[in-house]
Amino acid sequence: MSHSRDERRAELVLALVALVSVSVLGLITVFVFKEGLPAFREMGLWQFITGHRWSPSQNAFGIFPMLVGTFMVTLGALAIGMPLGLGCAVYMSEFSGPRSAALLKHMVELMAGIPSVVFGFVGLTVIVPFIRTYLGGPGFSVLASSIVLGFMILPTMVSVSYDALRAVPQAYRDNMLALGATTWQTVRMVVLPSAKSGILAAAILATGRAIGETMAVIMVAGNATAVPESVLDPVRTLTSNIALEMGYSAGLHRQALFATGIVLFVIVTLLNLIARAAIRGGSAK
Amino acid sequence: METYRSQDFGDKAEKIRVEKFNLYYGNFHALKDIDAVIVENAITAVIGPSGCGKSTFLRSINRMNDTVEGVSTTGRILLDGEDIYRPDVDVTWLRSKVGMVFQRPVVFPLSVFDNVACAPRLQGTTDRAELVDIVERSLDAVGLWDQLKHKLKEPALSLSLGDQQKLCIARAISVEPEVILFDEPCSALDPVNTLKIEELMWGLREHYTIVIVTHNMQQAARVSDYTMFMLDGRLIEYGPTSSIFTKPQDPRTEKYITGKLV
Repeated sequence: MSHSRDERRAELVLALVALVSVSVLGLITVFVFKEGLPAFREMGLWQFITGHRWSPSQNAFGIFPMLVGTFMVTLGALAIGMPLGLGCAVYMSEFSGPRSAALLKHMVELMAGIPSVVFGFVGLTVIVPFIRTYLGGPGFSVLASSIVLGFMILPTMVSVSYDALRAVPQAYRDNMLALGATTWQTVRMVVLPSAKSGILAAAILATGRAIGETMAVIMVAGNATAVPESVLDPVRTLTSNIALEMGYSAGLHRQALFATGIVLFVIVTLLNLIARAAIRGGSAK
Repeated sequence: METYRSQDFGDKAEKIRVEKFNLYYGNFHALKDIDAVIVENAITAVIGPSGCGKSTFLRSINRMNDTVEGVSTTGRILLDGEDIYRPDVDVTWLRSKVGMVFQRPVVFPLSVFDNVACAPRLQGTTDRAELVDIVERSLDAVGLWDQLKHKLKEPALSLSLGDQQKLCIARAISVEPEVILFDEPCSALDPVNTLKIEELMWGLREHYTIVIVTHNMQQAARVSDYTMFMLDGRLIEYGPTSSIFTKPQDPRTEKYITGKLV
């Protein structure tokens, strides 16, 4: 009797806890939209997104340079992180023995635990001076941000695509090997094509991670509010924009920062939906 | 056991010779002192209770056991007089000579055409016309060509299980192997498809050396020329199928084929 009462009480408490966790998401969404939407009303959505000038002192709020900046930095990070991450996952899943695969997986997971400020600090003291010395420009740049982010998205890229590769039936590999395939031929002709939706999902989740990362990027990007003309130019991303100015903003400026948050929110939500569809599409086959 | 001598095979030529072959999974002694000759243009069945080592023996002939960790072997297996366990043997070459059809049909999530063509592509065939030719010839050999010639672009996974297994056989013969190993090829199929696959194997026997592992004694009796009976990793008895099933020499063989040993 008292057992079942305990049971019901535990269920109720846990349901409440779950509700609180989920409602935070709802509250954040409502809050961001409530604070940010007036900015759209004030200056128009189109003007806000395509405006080239961000100058709070003159009430000019165009996030186009930051949109371009986020896009370039993210693309650069993927160009670096995707081949590295996928290569690592393929090595772990198809070539290395189970013991070294487990060790590598462990190390990649450790990497996910490194605070982003540490990544930023290493970027600031190693990558920025390197670029300044050998490639030119101020060093604080799209390139520096892409390199730092490229390494930061590795854990996501590796673990999600590793899981996708392990989900390919062993029978596919055995059949290919029995036909006289080398391991590399097996990977190229059957394993990768079979895992492609999972690998796509990995890339999309990594993209979301790259777009969302703020601290490390602020430290190496230079944060100028101009549209970068080359990968060696300084750049400001959408998240950096909010983090850098939130502390002293007020009025329309503050609303414009929340509006930047809305834009980010929409982009990241879309990416997650696409990733989920990709994973579903893969497992439905 | 008395070794089955090559003169007992009549005019059939020796293809595979197994000499004092032992295989270990780590410390587990899975195959013990196997000695046997397997001949061309014949079907040799390997029977025995579960865990007797018959699949392990089959997988020793194309070295698929290499993919299992901790496997070691002693003794020799000769294919046309060449020891396939010599360190300098290229296993991809070996496996293109010794094809294999597995228990469950495994078609890749590709089109019918690509499922067959992937095997010759592995050997470096890229010429489209040549691939088309190989696909037609291979599908024809398994009796699927007329049914599939207008469906080559369709996903192979849409075929019935029986047809998928035929497709796997087509894929195995597309690279013109000399030996085909069948590892319980009908255990996932219904009786009608089982008979079709058996007929197919009987036809293929004209051109290949065929070894089939089966847990189905009726199948071994129906389809094979020679039968090996294995127990606990040893080859107990080996001879023409008719004599194994009618007058077995070893009491353990008799017990097994009369269903008293499982």
